[in-house]
Amino acid sequence: MIVETLQVDPVELERRTGWAIKPQGACKGERCVPLPGQPKDQVDIRMLAARLGMPLIQDAASGLWCLGPETGGRALATAQAPELILPDMYGNEFSLSSLRGSKVLLVAWASW
Amino acid sequence: MWQQLRSELHPHNLEIVTVALDTGGVPAALPWIDAANPDHPSLIDEAHLVDELFGIVYVPSGVWIDEAGTIVRSPETAYPIRPSYLDREVPEGASTETADRIMEVNKLRVDADRYVSALHDWVAKGADSRFALAPEEVLRRSRPRLMEEATAIAHFELGQHLFRLGRSDDAVLHFKEALRLQPDNWTYKRQAWNLLDPGQRSVDVYGSDWMSDVKRIGAENYYPQLDM
Repeated sequence: MIVETLQVDPVELERRTGWAIKPQGACKGERCVPLPGQPKDQVDIRMLAARLGMPLIQDAASGLWCLGPETGGRALATAQAPELILPDMYGNEFSLSSLRGSKVLLVAWASW
Repeated sequence: MWQQLRSELHPHNLEIVTVALDTGGVPAALPWIDAANPDHPSLIDEAHLVDELFGIVYVPSGVWIDEAGTIVRSPETAYPIRPSYLDREVPEGASTETADRIMEVNKLRVDADRYVSALHDWVAKGADSRFALAPEEVLRRSRPRLMEEATAIAHFELGQHLFRLGRSDDAVLHFKEALRLQPDNWTYKRQAWNLLDPGQRSVDVYGSDWMSDVKRIGAENYYPQLDM
């Protein structure tokens, strides 16, 4: 997640990382991690990074930060498929969860 | 490439969703999608989110998801048919570089028949298929998310962002760091090489290229053997 400052909007945080800010802390699925002393409208990603073992790196030239994913488990933290919303070639967004009720084969490919 | 299989299995409640992992976005993927003319959703992931979310490090990779949204097979090599380039012969008069490349590609391990047969079995039998894995096994087969890998993901994301801003020199610094931290991530490597040289030949700035790196591990190890 690319950010310009270390204080981020919780809505944007959840959209990009899946971590929702709730009264009990940062939550994803059934896992919640306390974030004591945090205002409701902003999240200090340094604290979040420290609590969840997320890398937080900076590009020195631009000053931009990037928050990586949480560590300590597996790429798939649960067998529940993560929500995935991506555009097609016309720019129309498609949600993977819209296919509930069907079996799905998700294939990753590339032109390169 | 997947359209024929989709036509066969869609009436049996399987949908195929293809995702192009391409920093180049629509312009890069469009010619291929146009040629395939798919009926199924064909999406474009210019941020390489799918790599991060599912732990995908090479293409093509397939993930099976059941009707409830539960993953029943974690990412693995997925070909619908044996690609013809695996059986290509070296043409007479080919350059050493071309011959070398063809011979290495011929060593890639692809078992499309077994993969497609297993897919048919799952579509027919659902959870009773021996190819539908329990959640614990799906997680066990998923890549460990260590700090090195997570940091590589962050560097790759930052590199892509800077590349889009036209700051390719700065982007390369982050791509190099991503490749150093996660040397077995072929999607990152090939995408980074491709952005500077579409042929993925020797790219001095990275000190590596497809042929050299494939030879180093042995082309037969490029795709892990299907565990089915």
